[in-house]
Amino acid sequence: MKKIINQGNKDTRSGFGEGLTELGRINSEVVALCADLTGSLKMNTFAAENPERFFQVGIAEANMMGLAAGLATGGKIPFTGTFANFSTGRVYDQIRQSIAYSNKNVKICASHAGVTLGEDGATHQILEDIGLMKMLPGMTVINTCDFNQTKSATLEICDLDGPVYLRFGRPKVANFTNLSDKFQIGKGLLLNKGSDVTIVATGHLVWEAIQALEKLYVNGINAEIINIHTIKPLDEDIILNSVNKTGCLVSAEEHNIYGGLGESIARLLTSKAPYPQEFVGTNDTFGESGSPIDLMKKYGLNSDSIYDATIKVLERKN
Amino acid sequence: MMESLNNLVFQTRRDILRMVHAVNSGHPGGSLGCVEFFVTLYNEIMQHSNDNISNDIFILSNGHISPVYYSTLARAGYFDIKELSTFRKINSRLQGHPTNHDNLPGVKISSGSLGQGLSVGIGVALSKKLNDDSSLVYVLTGDGELQEGQNWEAFMYASANNVDNIVVTVDYNGQQIDGSTKDVLDIGNLKSKLESFNWKVLEIENGNSLDEVYKTLSEAKNNCMKGKPIVVLMKTIMGNGVDFMMHNHKWHGVAPNDEQLVRALKQNPETLGDY
Repeated sequence: MKKIINQGNKDTRSGFGEGLTELGRINSEVVALCADLTGSLKMNTFAAENPERFFQVGIAEANMMGLAAGLATGGKIPFTGTFANFSTGRVYDQIRQSIAYSNKNVKICASHAGVTLGEDGATHQILEDIGLMKMLPGMTVINTCDFNQTKSATLEICDLDGPVYLRFGRPKVANFTNLSDKFQIGKGLLLNKGSDVTIVATGHLVWEAIQALEKLYVNGINAEIINIHTIKPLDEDIILNSVNKTGCLVSAEEHNIYGGLGESIARLLTSKAPYPQEFVGTNDTFGESGSPIDLMKKYGLNSDSIYDATIKVLERKN
Repeated sequence: MMESLNNLVFQTRRDILRMVHAVNSGHPGGSLGCVEFFVTLYNEIMQHSNDNISNDIFILSNGHISPVYYSTLARAGYFDIKELSTFRKINSRLQGHPTNHDNLPGVKISSGSLGQGLSVGIGVALSKKLNDDSSLVYVLTGDGELQEGQNWEAFMYASANNVDNIVVTVDYNGQQIDGSTKDVLDIGNLKSKLESFNWKVLEIENGNSLDEVYKTLSEAKNNCMKGKPIVVLMKTIMGNGVDFMMHNHKWHGVAPNDEQLVRALKQNPETLGDY
């Protein structure tokens, strides 16, 4: 079992902020828009360094998406920033018509995804956004797991010509990937080799999967862990190669099991490799107020949930 | 100049009527109401081309009047007028509502779901400012469409940020699908609303007069780059140019039948050759 080290807790949104700052320095076509959440999105440095390229739009997300589509029409590379709920559900039709259907090169960057923003409760949490965004034709959907990966993703999506949804979170979580790791859109990462079960995790649940690994190992279970940051297009090869070896799979995400990563994997397995799968995610529910740790426990989103799902899928496999 | 524009007006009306008749669907009313605007904008006001983003850019927000847009683009040379016969048919670039999705020359954005074009136009105007590009952005919206809240976010944004390289025209025909805008949801005193949003408001009393449209759009153009965004309230007659369609919201989204087409075309002689 490979030891994966936490280099110190950091929030993923700060990874976005650092990436955006770097882009501002190296690419004069990059512009950023924010709907009154500059501090929360960590866009302050970009705004300070590039006042003419930063657009404070106020509490008006629909207009923000339209402005971004227009800026892209004029050849700019717009990055929009607000919470995940206000980046997707609130402005779905604006994204659908003015950005996705119109093939606009807009990067929709969304913080505070999932339940782990905590105490603000269900109005500010969203557990449906991956589903909403992956259903849009031509939309690339990325959900990063830590600070370093979020920074790398921010830099990388700038070079992709087309609309992107980049999803990250609020809390400080383990930072365990390396900036030197090559971030390739659409390519999963093999974090641990194993032979008994494949665990495919995205976002904050990747670190939880790593935590489950040790407990599984102690109980004689050798788990293979794959980090999927790009939910669409999905890296089918890395998943199929693994599950054809292990014969069963657990998907784990901070999202509703209806419409998330797990469902994309289930479609893949039913058509190409029908092995048993268990789903770690929320089950058709809204979130609520609470600390991130309490919420992850209550909604079955932590390493214990991944451990239990693994035991269950192994029973079904045998 | 006026004679050639007049010829274009007649021919554009014929294109609109024949397009919607051929597929028994589409929106002739608003299309006919905006013929003089499109003909003037594309032939007398804008410097335009397909690929050069440093030229003037037009954004159509009320996408359902696609027939007049397509006819104007084709007659301006963006694509062959023969392609107008594919309107609303399978495998066509001329979708019911306009889109750049299939690379139709001249179309920069998809519209149809209402209330989005103003924001897009302002975004293009911002990109022009960043590029030190002195060309302008022109947007057309419907009046019923102003019931969508996104427009008011956009109106607020543009004046607060001195976006003064944009001319927004409102097709002020007072009609929408369910009836007059007054009856459906009264938009009230639009001029004073927009003035209170700190836009410079110009008015066209007869938006179906080439002369008036030209004069006011020229005035709008000359008032750009002076700190304020400009909106033109252009009163038009839905169904203009076809006597039985005029002033009637019932022609918003209904195509003429065979007999009605003959009558309508008789009132608008062929001038530049049908597609």
